Amino acid sequence: MAGITIDRIKKTFGAATALAEISLEIADGEFLALLGPSGCGKTTLLRIIAGLETQTSGRVLIGERDVSALPPKERGLAMVFQNYAVFPHMTVYENVAFGLRMQKADETTIKREVERAASLLHIEPYLDRYPAKLSGGQRQRVAVARALAVRPAVLLMDEPLSNLDALLRLEMRSELKGVLQQSGTTTIYVTHDQTEAMGLADRIAVMHGGVIEQIGAPQTIYERPATKFVGGFVGSPPMNFIRMPVAGGRAALGGFSAPCPGAKSEIICGIRPEDMRIALGRSGLDFKVSVAEPLGSTLLLTGKVQDQLIRVAARPDSGLKAGDIVALEPEAQRIVWLDSETGRAVGA
Amino acid sequence: MTNSRLLPYLLIAPSVVFLILLFIFPLVQTIGLAFTDQGGASLGNFRKMVGDINFGVSLRNTFLLVAVVIPLQIGLALGMAVMLQKMEKGRDLVLWIWTIPLGVSDLAAGLVWLSILQDRGYLNSTLFALGVIDSPTNWLSYENPTALFVGIVLAEIWRATAIVLVILVAGFQLIPKEYFEAAEVFGATGWTRFRKITLPLLKPSLQSALILRTVLAFEVFAVVYALGGRNFPVLVGEAYTWMRDNQNDGVAAAYAILIMVISLAATLVYIRLLRTKPEAQA
Amino acid sequence: MSTKRFLYLTGVVTLIAWIVVPIYLIAIGAFSGRAGVFRWPKSLWPADASLQAMQVFMQIEGVWNAALNSVIVAALCMLFSVLLGAPAGYALARFSFKGQTAYRLLIVLTRAFPLAILALPLTVNFIRIGLYDTTLGVALVHTALALPFAALVSSSLFMGIPRELEEAAWVFGCSRFQAFVKVVLPLALPGLAATAIFAFVISWNEVFAAAVLTVRERTLTAYLLTVLSESPLHFRFAGGFILIVPSVLFIFAVRKYLFAMWGIANR
Repeated sequence: MAGITIDRIKKTFGAATALAEISLEIADGEFLALLGPSGCGKTTLLRIIAGLETQTSGRVLIGERDVSALPPKERGLAMVFQNYAVFPHMTVYENVAFGLRMQKADETTIKREVERAASLLHIEPYLDRYPAKLSGGQRQRVAVARALAVRPAVLLMDEPLSNLDALLRLEMRSELKGVLQQSGTTTIYVTHDQTEAMGLADRIAVMHGGVIEQIGAPQTIYERPATKFVGGFVGSPPMNFIRMPVAGGRAALGGFSAPCPGAKSEIICGIRPEDMRIALGRSGLDFKVSVAEPLGSTLLLTGKVQDQLIRVAARPDSGLKAGDIVALEPEAQRIVWLDSETGRAVGA
Repeated sequence: MTNSRLLPYLLIAPSVVFLILLFIFPLVQTIGLAFTDQGGASLGNFRKMVGDINFGVSLRNTFLLVAVVIPLQIGLALGMAVMLQKMEKGRDLVLWIWTIPLGVSDLAAGLVWLSILQDRGYLNSTLFALGVIDSPTNWLSYENPTALFVGIVLAEIWRATAIVLVILVAGFQLIPKEYFEAAEVFGATGWTRFRKITLPLLKPSLQSALILRTVLAFEVFAVVYALGGRNFPVLVGEAYTWMRDNQNDGVAAAYAILIMVISLAATLVYIRLLRTKPEAQA
Repeated sequence: MSTKRFLYLTGVVTLIAWIVVPIYLIAIGAFSGRAGVFRWPKSLWPADASLQAMQVFMQIEGVWNAALNSVIVAALCMLFSVLLGAPAGYALARFSFKGQTAYRLLIVLTRAFPLAILALPLTVNFIRIGLYDTTLGVALVHTALALPFAALVSSSLFMGIPRELEEAAWVFGCSRFQAFVKVVLPLALPGLAATAIFAFVISWNEVFAAAVLTVRERTLTAYLLTVLSESPLHFRFAGGFILIVPSVLFIFAVRKYLFAMWGIANR
């Protein structure tokens, strides 16, 4: 088991910067998710940690060991790939045993470890089969078992669930969490799916444009996004951003007014769709509903507040429909105030 | 990985060295040979080549063969590819049979058709049985140039249509079926579909098939030789004769240069005529 | 059955016959010997066929040696093409490096040239270095024909093997070479075998260079070409038939790969 230190890692492709001096500490046994849209650099960072790509500058330390210049095989880690990368010409058993064989483990150890990993992932019945005979979900299990069989100090996962269908993904997600909690392996998990990151990780690092926008516990990321990007990327539907003029330390729009930090004449009020109450007959933000989508647990309303598009999650029995005009009352303590120019959180 | 910068060069190096020694080097030498005569730079070899009585005939024959054979092959291969497209049962078997000539050398193909077209061959036997002729007739002689030409064309089409077919079928596989289905949904008939969807999307494949076939067709030699000996002179055959029988490397090299220039010109013409914009490719 | 369907089936059957019947006919010619060739009018039934005719052909002075030479040359060509072409294909598939475009151009350029004709100046060089009239010399020239093909096809083969598989092997403890041997090679092997067989067929069928570069150590094609004008018909048919048989078998063996190979080799 080992922690990981990413020290000012930079990666450029010609003139394009993929990673701009990223530094990151991952504690021993921690599960960190790298979350971001495609092209944000999360996979590049993971591949640099694995040694599959060479950084332009900076260092990677695993445990106390500087592995920056070592080939992948000498870094003592395991990886689960997006397309599983299960070897098609080997049986499931041989796939799971692959890493151990490369370490020249003896046959009894191999058998013991393969069976342990196989039982963790419930793939014992398939050990003699070839991957071509397995479903996507089963191949995914083989890939994870192969990684766990070597009892790695560090486990890297690159969008491991993205090729599974929705139901299977949900199932694998909770199972993965259970297995990894049990083994206590330091894990870096790359994903673009915020629910996956929220559900699995101890901490999430949200990446955008080659930099880490925010790093923190899932709930913190969700409730107190450090930037407009994080608020918009995490959560579905995303956070609403409502521009409001500021006068005398208070932001006011329509019938709504609240004290706000900063001294600029305009501010962005970041508020999640579920953090707005519908204030029938009282004063608040005038919200004109243009679309109402019943989602079962909530009624998702899309509409405008003074020409600004926002979404509100109302109670399913609220009976609102397109064309209705209601007053909205954001919960004051749930508001995140953001600078209208930089998009960064202010105050708090 | 530390050595990954050098590795690709190490991997291609052997083949580069090889191609320099056996492609670039002889190419330069051929040019050298063709343009030197009696120790000095001269156009003597070309003069000798052009002055030979067989030169004009072989040039005309070669072009004639290319002009007749290639369009027929493309048409036939397109037809076969479309037929295969519709086939449900037995497609693999039919495809295999149609591609058998791929493995048949031009010499063997010439001999195959010799067995059919010789004076006591199967063609004459059939014609005899039908009462068209009453005794063996020699089709493959210089007295009968048209028949000889037709025989060579048949043998060439028989032998070398397979490669065009393979390239086109491979091209067909790259065209998503949805395009045809979409066209059908919008009411395009079979012929319109062929003209508006198949042909344009097949253009890159057609281009490579044309280039490959044309270059090879200008090299035509053994088929002709097997069927008609020197009764039907072609360019490569002349090069071979100058080399083997007249022991004159210079003129042979001049023929080689001529064939190369024609091949390159044909390639360039195809590339220009059948240019596809990269963004319009399937 | 509709008229359209009838026409379609007739077309398919006619084209099958168009390919198969001539091969059948030369086979009869090859096995019927002198008597069969001069029979008039001929029947489509192989009345005169016997193995004896073929035996007689194989015992003719030079035939056996030429056939053997053809096999040696083709085998060498196959070996060289794959050994030189596959590494280049791997480099093209897995790396982006300076000069890649130039290399591809060199490969593609060979297609626009009638390569066999380049055997002409090689006679002089080969005489000088002792390669003239040897199977090795012919094999080298044939390799120049087959190598570009082998490089392009193997590059597409390697591209078809996900990079992730190799990376997984590296992560789980393989060096680059080990990963290639344990993961890439087993997966590429059938395709490489098909490429090799194709190289064999290219060499087996080549006439011009083989005829120019040999005098005594002739390949079968070169031998047949040079004795063509003075040999009897049944002899030519036997030779033609023997030329056809291995190629047809080989094409059958690699039929699965034919289209994938040409599809990508032509882009």
